Amino acid sequence: MEYFLQQLINGVTLGSIYGLIAIGYTMVYGIIGMINFAHGEIFMIGSFIALAVFLGLAALGITFLPLVLLIMVIVAMICTAAWGWTIERVAYRPLRGSFRLAPLITAIGMSIFLQNFVQVTQGARVKPLPPQIQGGLILMDSHDGIVVQISWMQIIIIVMTVVLMTAFSLIISKTSLGRQQRACEQDRKMASLLGVNVDRTISLTFVMGASLAAVAGMMYLLYYGVIDFYIGFIAGVKAFTAAVLGGIGSLPGAMLGGLAIGLIETFWSGYFSVEYKDVAAFSILAIVLIFLPSGLLGRPEVEKV
Amino acid sequence: MLKQNRNWSADPVLSVEHLTMRFGGLVAVDDLSFDVGRGDITALIGPNGAGKTTVFNCVTGFYKPTEGRIALRRDGSVTPEALAELTRSGRQYAEGDKGSIFLLERMADFKITEVAGVARTFQNIRLFGGMTVLENLLVAQHNELMRASGYTIGGLLGLPGYRRAAEAAKETAVEWLRRVNLLDRADDPAADLPYGAQRRLEIARALCTNPVLLCLDEPAAGLNPRESAELNTLLKYIRDDHGVSVLLIEHDMGVVMEISDHIIVLDYGKKISDGTAPEVRSDPKVIAAYLGVDDEEVEDVERDLEVKPAPTRAEGDAR
Repeated sequence: MEYFLQQLINGVTLGSIYGLIAIGYTMVYGIIGMINFAHGEIFMIGSFIALAVFLGLAALGITFLPLVLLIMVIVAMICTAAWGWTIERVAYRPLRGSFRLAPLITAIGMSIFLQNFVQVTQGARVKPLPPQIQGGLILMDSHDGIVVQISWMQIIIIVMTVVLMTAFSLIISKTSLGRQQRACEQDRKMASLLGVNVDRTISLTFVMGASLAAVAGMMYLLYYGVIDFYIGFIAGVKAFTAAVLGGIGSLPGAMLGGLAIGLIETFWSGYFSVEYKDVAAFSILAIVLIFLPSGLLGRPEVEKV
Repeated sequence: MLKQNRNWSADPVLSVEHLTMRFGGLVAVDDLSFDVGRGDITALIGPNGAGKTTVFNCVTGFYKPTEGRIALRRDGSVTPEALAELTRSGRQYAEGDKGSIFLLERMADFKITEVAGVARTFQNIRLFGGMTVLENLLVAQHNELMRASGYTIGGLLGLPGYRRAAEAAKETAVEWLRRVNLLDRADDPAADLPYGAQRRLEIARALCTNPVLLCLDEPAAGLNPRESAELNTLLKYIRDDHGVSVLLIEHDMGVVMEISDHIIVLDYGKKISDGTAPEVRSDPKVIAAYLGVDDEEVEDVERDLEVKPAPTRAEGDAR
């Protein structure tokens, strides 16, 4: 029981990170029907920017942790959003009228380019960050020595995810921008005829997705303490899987899919074998898609972005 | 009395001049010229394949015409010199205290809505089915909202300017919902409405963009007689109380004859008649086009009726 609880906590933490990245996939898919394969790299760049900010602040002698974290998250979100905007502008927008596969191919190209760019400029070796937030809450301390603990870092990740998810859901459902996004998602031509600036709406969608990925990247950095140029690929594929599992195009679906993938992976590692955790995650994806081809929440009537 | 009816040549809101649209070897619209009067309900009719929707697509920027000029005048004080000057300058539009002119054939479709003020509906209904009825109307007003919200940052912070704009947008939307009898369904998904209600909502949504010219492509298609009558009332209300000029394509002659101030008849991409409802109704060319009579027979009919050939007369009217 204690072991199960501990795995549950770990799984939810991992699932939160996947969910935040998955939102970027699902939002972009919803609005332009394209899989942005470079999104995983956006996440990776977000974590590198966060690390750079951390080191920069340390060099300046700023070590008050809450302030450091706040600056990290703000700078990472802004810079990564700029990356997302630029990628859309240079690699996807010129191909918007083109055939369906063209943006897919540029997306893969952009992904490889960004990976190699970071590898060349930052080096291929892993970048460590000493643990900044230690300790946690001990929830259960049984006699046989198994301790159920939720670390402060895990609490931060989960709380941050819940806050961001709520904020973004509100933006989508309540603001004018969210309405525009939903309108573009349903009928881009008609939206443009009603005076919605479709190009700007799409750009803003990339910006929103990228800033969420930046937060995920920063939390990954703080949680695992090591990053390299390749983390975006694995995390990206997992998050994409999460988006498909939850029903691509559906915002709550992405979050649910992220949690599901995170939990499957953690429980499989905990009870069976660490080596086969990815096999488990993808097998379950395959099984779910056989029985629910549009994913867990991906019905066309579901509110999507 | 007759002179008074010629509003479209005295004060045209839209002038289509020598419009030609070719698709490869097919000439869909052939050197077509007509005027749409300010504050009129103008109907564009003709047999299937006459090029009506093509004209619409040119006016609303879906197609770039092969040749021709489509000029929209925001108010009546525009001089022919100003129009010629703008055409020469190569710019898309000129806004000024002397009246604004827009050359629609040079503008992109969303600019035509946003800047020139032309709204349109389609033959098939294109509502945002997954959004609520109210949201459909709010999307159409988003330009103002976005400006007021400082591109959403203000909206997130709840700045007073944004809240005021949001309130105003909502009021406009509610007013239109009341007008089209959909207020009680404001929070339902648009896709759940019955067909006739969806049509009315689509017209209300187009009007929320605050247009000077509203283009409706077969608004009465698929409506039952009661719904058609409601549509007539709505269109007259739009014309009389909002001063919006309406250009519509319609096959339902009951609707066309009852509400139109001005009717233009197309056949094979050419204008065959242009005038008020009684004039068009008695035009032998129109009768021939609709009943499918040979050209020779038309000439016979014309001789019998001792009328001049319709195109000449129509051109005479336009001058």
